[in-house]
Amino acid sequence: MTAYARRAWIVLWKDLLTERRSKESLNALFFFTLLLLFLFQFTLGPDRDRLRAAMPGLLWLGFVLAGLLALGRSFILERENDCWEGLLLTPGDKSAIYLGKLAANIALMAVVEVVMVGLFGLFENVELGGALGPLAVVLALGTLGLAAVGTLFAAMTAQVRARELLFPVLLLPAQIPVLLATVSATQVVLLGQPLAEAGHWLRLLIAADVVYLVVGVLTFEFVLDA
Amino acid sequence: MAFDRVSLDLGPGETLVLLGPNGAGKTTLLRVLATLVRPTGGTLRLGEVDALREPERARPLIGMVGHGSYVYEDLTAIENLRFWAAMHGHDAGEPRLRGALAQVELDAVATERARTFSAGMKRRLGLARVLLGQARILLLDEPFTGLDRQGSKWLAEFLQGFKAGGGTTVLATHSFGGALGVADRVAILAGGRLLLDRPAADLAADELRRLYDALTDPEAARA
Repeated sequence: MTAYARRAWIVLWKDLLTERRSKESLNALFFFTLLLLFLFQFTLGPDRDRLRAAMPGLLWLGFVLAGLLALGRSFILERENDCWEGLLLTPGDKSAIYLGKLAANIALMAVVEVVMVGLFGLFENVELGGALGPLAVVLALGTLGLAAVGTLFAAMTAQVRARELLFPVLLLPAQIPVLLATVSATQVVLLGQPLAEAGHWLRLLIAADVVYLVVGVLTFEFVLDA
Repeated sequence: MAFDRVSLDLGPGETLVLLGPNGAGKTTLLRVLATLVRPTGGTLRLGEVDALREPERARPLIGMVGHGSYVYEDLTAIENLRFWAAMHGHDAGEPRLRGALAQVELDAVATERARTFSAGMKRRLGLARVLLGQARILLLDEPFTGLDRQGSKWLAEFLQGFKAGGGTTVLATHSFGGALGVADRVAILAGGRLLLDRPAADLAADELRRLYDALTDPEAARA
């Protein structure tokens, strides 16, 4: 393993271990997910056509809101005991820290998404069996886009006093291409159509993921140093 | 923070204690020395390395223990060291990490979470992190704060050991008592200016207090 990969790995290990012990984000996200599902159930009622039409948007609304909670916290940990300063003093390319943080955020969001999709299927009595494979592809690409830019903006706003306000204000407009593509692709998948039908949305999603990831890798050092 | 002609030259094995009132610029000066803050002018050399031009080359030579000690509360002592060792590319093997913890007398609590540690223990964990590398310059910000008598004595002995190994230390503090015990030189910084820089051996504790009051608060000293 190269020194770069080792540093990214140790950041991922540290963040996941810390989260496993503190469960600060997971507990908040779990109850938030339950609350959302309860509200969806209450609002939509038993009408399956309404549910099918609204489900992609509702799912992604849940993921984005959960993502705002999880991503916004990811650098708060580094402020405690000046660990941010310690990270600045580490040698080598700082983008390894970004990739480690990104991987940890994706892992955390993946747990929330699995729980949310599972409970959504259960609560709303929606058959997801056949759509799970394509849905996993769309979720993976959408989560990467959301987390790539979210991790960068979380780092940018972590040291700012009004970070709770600034973080969503920065993140949500930047997420528009990802959200358009993911909601549309999710709709195609949930309607039981082949994933190829959402090909143009997936291409947009992949392009957005690549752009966000490259921007994150290239600019993280300046963000950390600012 | 603006510094006005602040110039320091420290040799191997030398310990400088930096005194000054709140807002004098002590922490900022330490951060400049640590290459965390880039000054708009001046030079910073660590041995042969121009630290402003090549901070990446200078950083392995610097060990910084700031207010927070860079400790993750939900990791154990040994996990904290493993993380920082891996981040710095040092040997992160168990014997090396346990050895560093033993040097700061934390080996008995190696597997306990840092959250349960006192301020003094966290500071010692920060020093264990420095011991993992090849730091030749130790920068300490208020290291005596929150330490009891025994903790202060331990820290003074640690600093004597670092000095005996040829390490250079810059220590910013408000604590006259703890600081004078380890200092080779004493400097007073106020308003971004270095108002005094003298060998500690030339300064008795009473004289230093009188000088400190006169330089940092002349009106109060006259009264």
